[in-house]
Amino acid sequence: MTGKPRHGPSLGRLWTDERVRGAIFQFLTVLGLIAFVWFLVANTSDNMAQIGMKAGFGFLGDQAFFDINQKLIDYTSTDTYGRALMVGLLNTLLVSVLGIVAATLLGFLMGVLRLSHNWLVARLATVYVETIRNIPLLLQVVFWWTLLTELPRVQESKSIAGLVFLNNRGVRMPAPVMEPGMGIVVVAFLAGIVAAFFVTRWATRRRMETGQPFPSIWVNLGLVVGAPVALFLLLGQPLHWDVPVLGTFNFSGGFRVTPELVALWWALTVYTGAFIAETVRGGILAVSKGQTEAAQALGLSRGATMRKIVLPQALRVIVPPLTSQYLNLTKNSSLAVAIGYQDLVSVGGTILNQSGHSIEIVGIWLAVYLSLSVGTSAFMNWYNHRVRLVER
Amino acid sequence: MKKAKFAIAAVGLIAFSGIAAPAQAATLQDVQAAGVLRCGINTGLAGFAFTDDAGNWIGFDAAYCKALAAAVLGDPSKVAYVNLSGANRFPALASGEIDVLSRNTTWTFSRDVDLGFTFVGVSYYDGQGFIARKSLGISSVVELNGASICIQTGTTTELNLADYFRSNGISYEPVPIEDNEEARVAYVAGRCDAYTADASALAATKTTLEDPDAHMVFPQIISKEPLGPLVRQGDDQWADIARWTLNVLKNAEEYGVTRGNVAALARGTNNPEINRMLGSEGSLGAMLGLNADWAVKVIAAVGNYGEIFEEFLGPNTPLELQRGVNALYKDGGLQYAPPMR
Amino acid sequence: MTETVFHRSKADLLPERPPPPGTAGAVGWVRENLFSSWTNSALTILSLYLLWLVVPGVFGWAFLDAGFAGTDRTACEGAGACWAWVDQRIGQFLYGFYPREQTWRVDLALLLLVPAAAPILFDKLPFGRKALWFSLAYPFLAVLILLGGFGLEEVPTDKFGGFMLNITIGLAGIIVSLPFGILLALGRRSQMPVLRLICIGFIEAFRGIPLVTFMFTAALLLPLFLPSHFNWDLVLRVIVVVTFYAAAYIAEVIRGGLQAIPRGQYEAAQALGLGYWQSMRLVILPQALKISIPGIVNTFIALFKDTTLVIVIGLFDILNIGNQMVANPDWLGLGLETYVFISVFFFVICFSMSRYSMHLERRLDTTRR
Repeated sequence: MTGKPRHGPSLGRLWTDERVRGAIFQFLTVLGLIAFVWFLVANTSDNMAQIGMKAGFGFLGDQAFFDINQKLIDYTSTDTYGRALMVGLLNTLLVSVLGIVAATLLGFLMGVLRLSHNWLVARLATVYVETIRNIPLLLQVVFWWTLLTELPRVQESKSIAGLVFLNNRGVRMPAPVMEPGMGIVVVAFLAGIVAAFFVTRWATRRRMETGQPFPSIWVNLGLVVGAPVALFLLLGQPLHWDVPVLGTFNFSGGFRVTPELVALWWALTVYTGAFIAETVRGGILAVSKGQTEAAQALGLSRGATMRKIVLPQALRVIVPPLTSQYLNLTKNSSLAVAIGYQDLVSVGGTILNQSGHSIEIVGIWLAVYLSLSVGTSAFMNWYNHRVRLVER
Repeated sequence: MKKAKFAIAAVGLIAFSGIAAPAQAATLQDVQAAGVLRCGINTGLAGFAFTDDAGNWIGFDAAYCKALAAAVLGDPSKVAYVNLSGANRFPALASGEIDVLSRNTTWTFSRDVDLGFTFVGVSYYDGQGFIARKSLGISSVVELNGASICIQTGTTTELNLADYFRSNGISYEPVPIEDNEEARVAYVAGRCDAYTADASALAATKTTLEDPDAHMVFPQIISKEPLGPLVRQGDDQWADIARWTLNVLKNAEEYGVTRGNVAALARGTNNPEINRMLGSEGSLGAMLGLNADWAVKVIAAVGNYGEIFEEFLGPNTPLELQRGVNALYKDGGLQYAPPMR
Repeated sequence: MTETVFHRSKADLLPERPPPPGTAGAVGWVRENLFSSWTNSALTILSLYLLWLVVPGVFGWAFLDAGFAGTDRTACEGAGACWAWVDQRIGQFLYGFYPREQTWRVDLALLLLVPAAAPILFDKLPFGRKALWFSLAYPFLAVLILLGGFGLEEVPTDKFGGFMLNITIGLAGIIVSLPFGILLALGRRSQMPVLRLICIGFIEAFRGIPLVTFMFTAALLLPLFLPSHFNWDLVLRVIVVVTFYAAAYIAEVIRGGLQAIPRGQYEAAQALGLGYWQSMRLVILPQALKISIPGIVNTFIALFKDTTLVIVIGLFDILNIGNQMVANPDWLGLGLETYVFISVFFFVICFSMSRYSMHLERRLDTTRR
């Protein structure tokens, strides 16, 4: 364009210049966007003024007046809407984290099994993947919830050794109750893990440099398990178990997992697991056959080939799509609303309805999920980067 | 062609600014222009809003929609029913998706004042009760200590329940449920020991259980639940129409005007009260911006308050509800409509 | 001479012997594929055990012990599933509240989909490109048939329900989201920074946020954003958000396709003197779309499955009709049957879509070679 001869400032000339055209078009786009947003805002404020709705986040400090079934932090009906939302957010995170862990395990297992040389196993894994992927998740969520309600009622709970009880209101198991002194044991345990990490690093480096092996497994076992256990016994076992006891209606005491959490977690796991299995399979197939053959030529067994040669390389292909699966799982946890697991969307819906602040609540939903998704992608990008560095 | 783009953009901008001018609330004109009344009802609650064999929505709440459509459009069939759960009924009304909400909704201070709605009256005086299996062997709500209780989220019952158990110092596990239908599923499956809702809704739910006699609705009522229709705040004319349609139903019962005799009485009686209501005297209809025979259309469409009650809730229905506090004031109840004058 | 040589060599040949026992035929196959090693054998036995645990039970529940006739749940006394309701309720599951005497219109719209979709899905069909005109006209025709008007009885969208609602929303979303997604993808790769930013913002916002919240937005907030006399149909609003949501995903798929096109193609198009839109339409997009097809179909499958989410805003799609039926006093407690039944509908459609995409993938693979 720069090479074009210019014959004075003519409008028509100007129009044929791509940059000018681009600038004008962008200017118009921005203008249109501003007009559109202004249009929406004007309407909204008109509509709200007309029916006397008030906007603002001040209501988050108001008392909530309703109870929440499952909570990771203390919450009663005298707490605020803001705290109720926090409870919901934590519930979202809880089921997402549980789901991500379980779905990853299931997905990797199934992805590997789909490529198994065992015909039957490969077929079964394929049936799993194809069935689950083609049925809506919401349907699966309500299906599992319905299945769980078919478990025995509270009075006829299935008990495992009189400690764990299973019924259609979930699972009850003994909960550890810490007594003074237990804190030290926990600290020792955490310190053991950190120490073990450094020992392993040191041992690896030494082996690389000198070739001398070091029994790091045994040392680590001693650090992580041995020391805390010894300390635990030394302090006179500062821990007792709160075993659930059947009352008139429900078990009391112990640790409880609601069927809503189980149903949602399991549905998310099974569903996302099927997608991860496909990702894993694709990643493994992307590793060139020469790698497998070379490993076999070295005399590695099939399992060792998979673990030591193929999977580490496949990971690089797998991680980016895996990120989006994790994001999907987190977003999909909002289906909780269908079975009454009180996640962010479910609690938000209740507040929206009790307080009438629909715009603010939807705004909070959007903000939270966007930050979760940006956060997850950032973490996975970092991890991806790390895995990539291994490549030579 | 390029100039055309400019022109389109400019026209678009102008059009936007034109539409963005505030539209004044004139629900009556909107409804008459559309030729249909959009009425929010329950997603399914025996007696109040349910489908007949042909798939039409009927019931105590649906009847009010028909009455209002008859008053405004002259035709009770011109109703578009919008089924709403407890959680999305208010946003639906606030956003203008429906013109009136007739969905067993409790009149409370904050809903009237803070949410920006206008309740137009009480169509049914209710209270929150509990249903549980008789086999539990309990007779009072306070004995439900430690029980799992199903509640509909976003309702006043959810708040009352929390209040009541907190003030009595008893614990419970709330099991949140989206609507009455799902609550029944959860209750029957044994997910919860008791289900709490408005007593009328419990009576309705009980009739639909497999063995109704195995369950009991506790006599104890823990709250006041005056249920009634509501509209958006800020359109007084529309609120007046909604309010007086409800009052016509009650007054008609008081004066003995029924679906059967309304046509005859509309030609004139020697009771001026009836004449004013049915439009043969005075001009009440015109004051509302409606036809003179609006009340005739209402009563001809759905009958008077007593008739509606008998048809959907009364002793001859599966719900077997007594009039109780919902009898007219003359019969010792609370239903009392201001005079038509 | 040749004859003698031939003769001799034939005589010298060893007679064909059967392969060693256990390496060919069924036995060999089983050995090779199921019991090639100890771990393999263990896996096989474990799988067989699992199958033995699950299959007879499920089969017995679904067929052998199941009840198939009756008018309420007492008709099903057996321990198995109860399918008696299917006969009575199938109409509702398929058509929702669509007037019974008008359901032929739904069938017709679905039937017309076949000639409309065929020219897009398969090449080598009669009429060639002319048939595409019908495909273009189909959406309008379908809307006309379903909604009525022009002599047909008008059916408002609040009568839409059941599987028909899922298909309506899904199809509308698929038809609109593809061109919209293409535009977004092009915008994201545009040279104009403002346009690029807007497109990135749009795509990332819709990909990062659950569809459920958008459903709530469609139901609760959209009417608030628009002038109060502007009454959008709820189904239309849902279609809009579902379309936006799917378009954001499609845009990312197509962006992948665009990135895979070698730079030379862009430069060659420019060298030929093609403008931006011309080079996109004639050179770049045909190639990019071809690569992206599997991803696009996967997005469509996801979109179709996501149509069940309308349940959270009170629309009566097939799943919600199922929920109503589960709560119906006559059929109380038939949750599993209902959900299995509904799953079959989705499985059939989504599975065929994914098979079709695999078929395309294979076909395109050979053309690219």
